[in-house]
Amino acid sequence: MIALIDYGMGNLSSVRKAFIAAGARNIEIVSSPNEIYRAEAIVLPGVGNFGDGAKNLNFLGLSDSIRNFISSGKPFLGICLGMQLLMETSEEAPGIKGLGIINGKTIKFDNSLNLKVPQIGWNSVSKINKHSCFNGLKDNEYFYFVHSYYVVPENTSYIAGLTEYGIKFCSCICKENITATQFHPEKSQDAGIQIIKNFINSI
Amino acid sequence: MLAKRIIPCLDVTGGRVVKGTNFINLIDAGDPVECAVEYNRQSADELVFLDITATSDGRKSIVDIIAKTAEKVFIPLTVGGGVRTIEDMRTMLNSGADKVSVNSAAVADPSIIKAGAGKFGSQCIVLAIDAKKAQNGRWKVYTHGGRKETVLDALEWAKYCVSLGAGEILLTSMDKDGTKSGYDIELTKIISESVNVPVIASGGAGSLEHMYDVLNAGKADAVLAASIFHFGQFTIPQAKLFLKNKHIPVRI
Repeated sequence: MIALIDYGMGNLSSVRKAFIAAGARNIEIVSSPNEIYRAEAIVLPGVGNFGDGAKNLNFLGLSDSIRNFISSGKPFLGICLGMQLLMETSEEAPGIKGLGIINGKTIKFDNSLNLKVPQIGWNSVSKINKHSCFNGLKDNEYFYFVHSYYVVPENTSYIAGLTEYGIKFCSCICKENITATQFHPEKSQDAGIQIIKNFINSI
Repeated sequence: MLAKRIIPCLDVTGGRVVKGTNFINLIDAGDPVECAVEYNRQSADELVFLDITATSDGRKSIVDIIAKTAEKVFIPLTVGGGVRTIEDMRTMLNSGADKVSVNSAAVADPSIIKAGAGKFGSQCIVLAIDAKKAQNGRWKVYTHGGRKETVLDALEWAKYCVSLGAGEILLTSMDKDGTKSGYDIELTKIISESVNVPVIASGGAGSLEHMYDVLNAGKADAVLAASIFHFGQFTIPQAKLFLKNKHIPVRI
């Protein structure tokens, strides 16, 4: 069973539908620690505020179970806010701790870059490592983004994809069993479905 | 680099695409779901469904259309027309829409923008503006499908709604809509340069050059078009190749 974590941060139906289209046979929307322990893989999606997301995970008692699940080596996919929450902190919510699974922070696109923020639309991802999450995808493939913040992992070897928006930022992380994307695979047409297929194949 | 988006718009009433399309490969060219699947195949970047009946019956049928489309098409879907309350927004988003657009309801009570952005996030809330040039050289906001004039100045209205949390602006020129004489470059540019959210230009597309002009000179982030694609004058890949050759970043 693939567990899609519902922690009150946005609509999960499109992620669920995309997993079904990618061939997932058993995907359940879950919000309790027990269900996470039963899962073969977990997906942490989410849109919205980092602080609210972190608080909701703690309130539901999910933070520890997600950490334990990831340490067990089973596949984890974080999408958008679900990627940002892997970090220790975010400029969006000073003083609030993320899951801290990856050392690093989440920061906002700098005003001085004169960009429209949030970044909304299709942008390309240049692959900078050969992780299986990109199997079957060409370099500089386009994916759909909607975000104002991006992650800065301390260990740059975890960065699997870079995207340019005023600066080059980390749009994809791959670290052993962890895959995390700033873009929305569930809204990125065939390329996004391929990312999800690759994740399902890693189970 | 962030790509400029090409967005076909499907006007829907009574569960059908208004005037239909002439996609010869479709069994039913008036079926919104079939049209959506075809545009997805053509690599449209997003889709907008505009419910032009917006009666309570119409709303049920659009919800059903969105739900069916969202099972087959994995690109962002926006629904507009008749979205009046937070409950309407929730219904649309739960059925599979990624964004809802509001026009008349925001004019009647702008707090719906703030409430919607607070509940669902700014990225879900698209402000639709129907604008028409006034005698003073500025643009007035119209509602009810362009039938009702308001006292609002389009530029000030755009800025105000962005301050309330609108995450995108779908800007239709009433002067240009249906003319096929090109988008309103002046209007699009002034609004796009005054707000820090994306502006989708709409109204007036008659050629691919028009798309280029509004993306380039008009500073639009995306273009919306209906008949130019529905009736097979151009396909979306043709539009994208044309723009790419003119150095506009597009997703190909």
